[in-house]
Amino acid sequence: MRFLTQLSPHRIALAGNPNVGKSTLFNALTGLRQHTGNWPGKTVSSAQGTYLHGGQIFEVTDLPGTYSLFADSAEESITRDALLFEAFDAVVLVADATALRRNLPLVLQVSEVLPNAVLCVNLMDEAKKHSISIDTDALQKALSIPVVTASAGRGDGIQGVRDALLRAVRHKRVAAGKRVEYPLLAERAISMVETALAPWAGTAISSRHMALQLLTGEEHLLSHVGEAYLPSVQEALHRARSFLHHADITAEELQQMLTESLHQKSAAMVRAAVSQPQELRKQKAKADAIFTSPWGGFLTMALLLSLLFYLTVKGANLPSSALQRLLFSALPHLRAFLDGCGAPPWLTGALADGIYRTAAWVISVMLPPMAIFFPLFTLLEDIGYLPRMAFDLDACFRRAGSSGRQSLTMSMSLGCNACGVTGCRIMKSSRERLLAILTASFIPCNGRFPTLIALLSLLCAGRSLFTSLGLGILLMLSTAATLLVCRTLSAAAPKSTAAPFILELPPYRTPQIGQVLIRSLLDRTLFVLGRAVAVAAPAGLIIYLLANIPLAGGTLLSSFAAFLDPLGRMMGLSGAILLAFFLAFPANEIMLPALLMCYFSSSTLVEVESAALSPLLLQNGWTAKTAICTLLFCLFHFPCSTTCITIYKETGSIKHTLAAAALPTAVGMILCCGVHLLFTLF
Amino acid sequence: MNRTFTLASLPIGESAVIASLAADTSACRRLRELGFSQGNEVHALFRAPLGDPTAYAVCGTVMALRRSDAEKIFLLSSGKA
Repeated sequence: MRFLTQLSPHRIALAGNPNVGKSTLFNALTGLRQHTGNWPGKTVSSAQGTYLHGGQIFEVTDLPGTYSLFADSAEESITRDALLFEAFDAVVLVADATALRRNLPLVLQVSEVLPNAVLCVNLMDEAKKHSISIDTDALQKALSIPVVTASAGRGDGIQGVRDALLRAVRHKRVAAGKRVEYPLLAERAISMVETALAPWAGTAISSRHMALQLLTGEEHLLSHVGEAYLPSVQEALHRARSFLHHADITAEELQQMLTESLHQKSAAMVRAAVSQPQELRKQKAKADAIFTSPWGGFLTMALLLSLLFYLTVKGANLPSSALQRLLFSALPHLRAFLDGCGAPPWLTGALADGIYRTAAWVISVMLPPMAIFFPLFTLLEDIGYLPRMAFDLDACFRRAGSSGRQSLTMSMSLGCNACGVTGCRIMKSSRERLLAILTASFIPCNGRFPTLIALLSLLCAGRSLFTSLGLGILLMLSTAATLLVCRTLSAAAPKSTAAPFILELPPYRTPQIGQVLIRSLLDRTLFVLGRAVAVAAPAGLIIYLLANIPLAGGTLLSSFAAFLDPLGRMMGLSGAILLAFFLAFPANEIMLPALLMCYFSSSTLVEVESAALSPLLLQNGWTAKTAICTLLFCLFHFPCSTTCITIYKETGSIKHTLAAAALPTAVGMILCCGVHLLFTLF
Repeated sequence: MNRTFTLASLPIGESAVIASLAADTSACRRLRELGFSQGNEVHALFRAPLGDPTAYAVCGTVMALRRSDAEKIFLLSSGKA
């Protein structure tokens, strides 16, 4: 049936301040037709989705929230670069109806860059509650772009957005929406650079805005300019700079002038179009009274995290064993099938015991806890609790040379260290960001939970309550180590002024349970699990081969273990345990299977259930000390391969990646040796 | 007589109007963009458990600022405060 009149999708950008309901609108527009595989969360990178309307396909990109196109962090630069350089067909600017004066400057900026813009004034229900009324016609006239209203959370106005976008792509606006007139001196400098950029930029890129960026210090953007045009652009830039220098205006001051103009114009528009009671909202949310009070703040934090861990540990218990039994019961059938196909014993072993068994293990120990942890955590995120946590903890982090925002990246690390590293884009200064990246893997990720929980269970004789408390204590240890390391590193680095700490505390909202479940299970659980299995399966194969290739009376595996034994013993561990950690470099999840294969390497492989773990470990010389040291090293050791790669991608520096690997390992070794010493002395 | 005092010394539960910001342009640009600009009203809502930062109601939202940053914002002292 030919109802699609156009097959190439229209590319739509979704931009706006943080916490205005952009992502809610995105979800409402695209539903489940989103590109998963990222960690949208609080949009550190862009999410993409599509929808159909009026016979056209629309591809929407949800860009990270930003207050201004003069970017303040790596995250905001993503939005700036996307809007400047990616060929979007239209942009939807989402604004908060209750804070238009703060939202409009970005609208003015973006409509200069992408004239084909639509303003969606969201949170209209909130505005109504506070008796704020908006004259959309006046706004539309002042801005020269279509204005629609919405309450995305309730599903109102979504169709209006779709219709407005359909009109926008049909009748593309190319002439600039009412530009902001900047002060004369600024305009002169801008036009110098703008004219030089025009031949390269053409109609695709806003040469005016590019000029603004270059003049306010974002020179690295020159890398986008075509080689042929570069000399003339640089020359014009130089001329404009000397002009400004003679007028005694620095790049910083220029940026301030431009921002001032935007804000003045916005204020004028708001005065004309918005009527609101002069009373500032002075109500403190009831929940804030608890979450930020002197004792209540930290108490509730501890309670919430303990509850999170308890539900994860307790809830995952039965499903994990059931899943394990189910998947492992297929093992003999798989072997029989492979033998029947005429596969040689080594191949059967490699495929069944190497790949399948490892994958089965990873799935059974990781899926249940993640399927509980991620939804619960996303719920916490959705109701708006996390900024309160950052608010409460900022004082601690400031003394360590960082900021409360790091607690947010640390909580992302709790889900997945690599995602925590990417999340560091929200840090406001490059120094804080580096500190956060270097210490991201001090926090145990979901991949380490199975090992931690298994060992804690052994120490706590299987009691879920104590196990989850133990997990909480380990997390506190990780946090303390993070703060200490940050403080030490900050002291060593040259003194630089801290970036201003401005954190928005958005109103609490009722979580959208359906969205939370879908987002957490699809985007996070399946993504992390899928990646884990993809890495673990081949690693399992390699370990199997090592365990079955004979060398000097034992196997390759046992030889490596013997080689590492002296170092292991010093740390209160053993060669086998240390080897298992090294083998788990691809993915932390395979530490226990690797260890078990070390212990079994001289015999035929037997299925291991968690219940049988204790006697097996005792058999191999484990004591309480061994368990404690293993727990400590599990907390503090080099990050997994995926995290290391991510660190390299985010920092672009081998030196920093190596430092990020060395720091936790050093801490782990020191702690383990210390505990070992303590035990030997007493 | 209009004395100026800083946002850092605004007691919890009180409001004031912003008179000006310190000359430190890089820090203050962001502050301005987020609503802490001349002529806007601010209200000190609550402090963090450890005493810093403090949450302020401004321009339709709640923003948390550290003491060191609040010291850069000068307020008009009126009879109300």
